[in-house]
Amino acid sequence: MSVDLGVRRGRLALDNPIVTASGCFASGQEIDRFIDVDRIGAVVVKSLTRAPREGLPTPRMVETPSGMLNAIGLQNPGVDAWLAEDLPWLADRGATTIASIAGDSVDDFVHVARRLRGSRVDAIEVNLSCPNVEHRGLVFALDPRASAEVIQGVARVADVPVLAKLSADASDVVAVARAVVEAGASGLTLINTVLGMAIDPVSGRIQLANGYGGLSGPAIRPIAVRVVHQVHTALPEVPIVGCGGVRSVEDVVQFLRAGATAVAVGTGTFVDPFAAATLRDGLAAWLERHGHASAAALVGTAVPRRAAP
Amino acid sequence: MSGRLRAGQVEGRTDRDGPLRVGAEVVARRRTGPYAVLTLAAGPVAQRARPGQFVEVAVDAPGTLLRRPLSVARAALTGSGVGTIDLVVGAEGAGSAWLGGVAAHDVIDLIGPLGRPFPLPVRPASCMLVGGGYGAAPMHYLAEVLAAAGHRVDLIVGAATEEQLLRSMEAKRAATSLQFTTDDGSAGARGRVTDVMAAVATRGSTDVVYACGPNAMLAAVSGVAASLGLPVRVSIEERMACGVGVCFTCVVPVRGRDGVVHHRRSCIDGPVLDGARVDWDAMGLASAAGGASGAATAPSGGDVVGDGDTGDLPGAAPGGAA
Repeated sequence: MSVDLGVRRGRLALDNPIVTASGCFASGQEIDRFIDVDRIGAVVVKSLTRAPREGLPTPRMVETPSGMLNAIGLQNPGVDAWLAEDLPWLADRGATTIASIAGDSVDDFVHVARRLRGSRVDAIEVNLSCPNVEHRGLVFALDPRASAEVIQGVARVADVPVLAKLSADASDVVAVARAVVEAGASGLTLINTVLGMAIDPVSGRIQLANGYGGLSGPAIRPIAVRVVHQVHTALPEVPIVGCGGVRSVEDVVQFLRAGATAVAVGTGTFVDPFAAATLRDGLAAWLERHGHASAAALVGTAVPRRAAP
Repeated sequence: MSGRLRAGQVEGRTDRDGPLRVGAEVVARRRTGPYAVLTLAAGPVAQRARPGQFVEVAVDAPGTLLRRPLSVARAALTGSGVGTIDLVVGAEGAGSAWLGGVAAHDVIDLIGPLGRPFPLPVRPASCMLVGGGYGAAPMHYLAEVLAAAGHRVDLIVGAATEEQLLRSMEAKRAATSLQFTTDDGSAGARGRVTDVMAAVATRGSTDVVYACGPNAMLAAVSGVAASLGLPVRVSIEERMACGVGVCFTCVVPVRGRDGVVHHRRSCIDGPVLDGARVDWDAMGLASAAGGASGAATAPSGGDVVGDGDTGDLPGAAPGGAA
C-alpha cells in the first residue's frame, strides 16, 4: 500500500506536508549537503528584508531546557541579492519555495512583496513578529489591526498565496488570525518563537546580547499545538502551517490532528540536518502502519477526551 | 533524534565530499587533567577530516537539545575508508559532563567534518602553533600534519595551571620546539602564550602563526602576530546551535576586502579565519596591536598559506570539507 502525502486546502497545495521553518534553513544550499531539498513539501527561507542586514551582536543564542533562545536580528542578504543569487538555485533544484518577508513598516513589507512579483517564488510568508517603528516599536503580530494592515498591503501586490506567521505572544491570537484572513491572507503559519529571557545566576549577566529572544524547540510545542487547534476550530477552512518544536513523526501527526495542513520543522533541523527528509519518510511509514490512506485525512481529527473511542 | 544510529552506520552523501552523519563507537577513553579524551571509530569522517575542522555530537543529557561542537583533535586512518578521530572534551557544562561519562563501545551520533580547515603552507614554511587550554588539541593535530608535510613546527601551549595543560606525545615528536606557559608558573614559563611569541618567532624564523583557544587569547595572538608582521590563522569559538550554517547564531565580525565588517558564520565560513581580519574590538576583545587599526597593517599571508580568501568569503558558499 502506498499512502498519499499530498495536502491541499484553500490555496495551499503541497506534495507532502513537511516544510522548513523560516530562519532554520538559511538559503537551502547548506542543507542540500545532507538531503535533497526538493523532497521537502516546501522550503521556507530565512526572512528577507528590503536592504541587507548584518543582524545583532553575539551572543545570539542560549540553550534552555528542551529549547533554545535566539536573537539574530534578521541577518539576511536583502531581497534583491536573494533573488539574484539564492532563488535561482532553489528553483533549479525543483524546490517549492516560500519566501519569508520582514520589515519595520507596512511600506517595507509591501516593497519586498513587490520585488517578489514575477519571480519563481511559490508563496510568501509574512513574518509579523517584527517591531513596527511607526508605532513605538510594537510588534505587528501582537495587534490585529497592525497585522491586517501589513497583510492587506502585501496581498494587494503579491501574485502568489500569502501566509501570515503569527505569534502566541498575542493576547488573542484567534482575533489576529481573523483579522489577517479578512485582510487577504490565504493561510496562517502558527506559531513563531515565544519571547523569552535567560540570566546567568552567578554573574547576573543577561545571556543574549539583545536581552530578550525567541524561544523555540520542544519546550514550546504544546503552546503551538494549542494555538493551531484554537485557530483551526475558529477558522476551519483556512490552511495552517503548524510550527513549534517538531522533532518526531508523532509530533507531526499531533499538529495535523490539531488542524495543521502542513507542519514546519525548525529547531529540529539544528539538531538533525536530515530532519525534514527523515520526517517526510517517517510520516509515510507511520500512516501506513496505522492504516491511514493519506496525510490529508488526519487534518483536524483531534477529538475531545471523553468522546475518544 | 529520530532513530538511534548503529555502530558504523553512515548517513548522508557518501558519493561526494562533505559532512556525514555516523554512528561512532567509542574505542578508547582516557582522562588528562580536567579533560576527557575520546577515541571514536568514525569511519569516513576520519578520512575526510582536516585540522581545524569540527564535528557536532549529539548528547543525551536530560533537558539538553542541541548537539555540541567539538574540534577534531586527531584523525588516524586504520584502513581504507576506516579510521578514528579523537575529541577532547572540556570540563564545564551538561553536554561535556555527559560526553565525559561515555564508556567504551557506546555509540555516539556525530556529524562532520564541518567548517573550513587550517590552510596549509603552499611552500616549505616555518609555522608557529599556539594553543590555549583544550584549544591546544587541534594544534597538536595540525602539528602532526604540518611536520609530516615537511614544515617546521614551533608549538606553544598555554593554560592557567599545569593541570590544565594539554600534552600530546605525537605533537611533541612532530614539533621542532615545544614551549609551555602557565598563568601561575606551575609549568613552563610563567605568563601568557603571547609573552613568548616574539622569542619563538626569532628562534624559528616564523613565516605563519596558527592559533586555537579562547577568543581573548586569539585576539591577543592576532595582535602580537600583526606586530611581528606575521600572517595569522585562528580557529574561533562562538555559541553555535546547528554547526551546519543555518541558524546564524555563531557569527563573527570579519572585515572583508571591501573594508566593511560583515557577520560571518564561524561554522561554515570558519571556524578558521584570518586573525588580522576579525574585528576583535567589535567582539569586546582587545587585540594587543591596537585591534582593527593594527590588524589593517598585518599581512594576509596569502603567499604563505595560499588562501588569501580567508576572511573575505562569499556570503553562502558551503563548499566541500577540505
